[in-house]
Amino acid sequence: MKKGWKELPIGTQIIKPGSSEDFKTGDWRIEKPIIDFDKCIHCLICWIYCPDSSIYVNDNKVTGINYDFCKGCAICAEECPKDAITMQSEVESE
Amino acid sequence: MEKMIVAKTGNEAMAEAMRQINPDVVAAYPITPATEVVQIFSSFVADGRVDTEFVPAESEHSALSACVGAAAAGGRVMTSTASQGLALMHEVLFIAAGLRLPIVICEVNRSLSGPINIHCDHSDTMASRDSGWIQIYSEDSQEAYDNTIQAMKIAEKVFLPAIVSVDAFIISHSMERLEILPDEEVQAFIGEHRKPYDLLDVDNPITLGGLDLQDYFFEHKRQEIEAMKEAKAAVIEVGKEFGEKFGTSYGFFEEYRMEDADLAIIALGSTAGTTKVVVNALREKGMKVGLFKIRVFRPLASEEIKKSLEHMKAIAILDRADGMSSFGGPVFHEIRSCLYESEKRPIVTNYIYGLGGRDIFPEEIESVYKDLEKVAEKGEVKNLINYLGVRE
Ligand code: SF4
Ligand code: SF4
Repeated sequence: MKKGWKELPIGTQIIKPGSSEDFKTGDWRIEKPIIDFDKCIHCLICWIYCPDSSIYVNDNKVTGINYDFCKGCAICAEECPKDAITMQSEVESE
Repeated sequence: MEKMIVAKTGNEAMAEAMRQINPDVVAAYPITPATEVVQIFSSFVADGRVDTEFVPAESEHSALSACVGAAAAGGRVMTSTASQGLALMHEVLFIAAGLRLPIVICEVNRSLSGPINIHCDHSDTMASRDSGWIQIYSEDSQEAYDNTIQAMKIAEKVFLPAIVSVDAFIISHSMERLEILPDEEVQAFIGEHRKPYDLLDVDNPITLGGLDLQDYFFEHKRQEIEAMKEAKAAVIEVGKEFGEKFGTSYGFFEEYRMEDADLAIIALGSTAGTTKVVVNALREKGMKVGLFKIRVFRPLASEEIKKSLEHMKAIAILDRADGMSSFGGPVFHEIRSCLYESEKRPIVTNYIYGLGGRDIFPEEIESVYKDLEKVAEKGEVKNLINYLGVRE
């Protein structure tokens, strides 16, 4: 339950540091990027280009996509030199 | 307590109050038509008579923005403006109120352009009346001084910003007798600075000014509305305490010879003084007339206004600004609306007057009382909205 006006801190203060992590900015995406790891060469170009820092990297290897924040802009798919990323409709993937 | 009696203009009176409040930050920009308030204050800064950080900004929009930042960082903050300057601050007025920052503006009521003009009317503050700022109108320099000191305290009680205004030239540039309180008494009265939060408290970090959409904006606005309701009690409490300490009590309004009056004029600012002279003269002739001077227009003391006015036969509301709705001025609308809840519901008429600094004379105010007498006799109104002192 979201807080009512009597419980909220006044003056629009956000009193929890780092709470932007709780704000899932990817919920309006209409297409989601899917990585085909058979094609991926871990060049990290997608990681560099992603405007929302949503490409997970571990040990210099791409491991997946953070769909909480990925907005579906398809820049990663556009830039991938191996065409390893395809965009899939959110509606169809449901 | 030793009060100092001096001769000061309205501008000087407000600057003096600012000096005694000794705010942490004053950010200002003297856009035309500026008044002398911040100029005088800046000389206090230069002379080392205040501890204030003075920020000369590049516009009034920036000036109030700097005030918002300074207040959010935990400072006691003031500024001063007039007319176009207040208009340029308009956007930031809502932000200061929304962030609940108790900033005080000393304002001089001057017409908004166009046509271009620098003289008195209330179009500037009336255009800001829905911005979430407490609004206190002053009849003379003494009230401007007293109101500025009280405004600081009221604002910090409820965490809403406040505007104290005086009529341009008539009060701002005219010299009057002024009683000044000792500096330490003013400091003791306003007390320790109360802040809603402290952006520089690194142990308890907060974020301010975040995007506040459909899911929280309404709740924050509801809080602001509640604060304006609480401001009613604060106005009364502070006005009473001021009276107990310094001799003159203040409330939402002043009722002048209203006890047994049948006909009343409602006015704000310096015109109330002129009206008092007329009331006294007409009382000599046996007319039961009174003046109801509104001091605090935000918050609007609707219940109290209703109670004080509902037994009148007829009321004329003087508006020094027009709402440009083709249906009269803002004070008319609001006071008349307060009276709608009354079963008695007296006749209420509106007189727009004094736009662009057009003088108002006692004879004109007398003519309004004469109109009211006729209206009350006949029980009907010929002209609901009237324009007083305009050439036909
Ligand atoms: S750009 Fe393509 S190939 Fe390079 S890491 Fe990303 S998905 Fe793999
Ligand atoms: S679609 Fe856009 S936001 Fe999502 S991972 Fe690719 S580049 Fe980042």
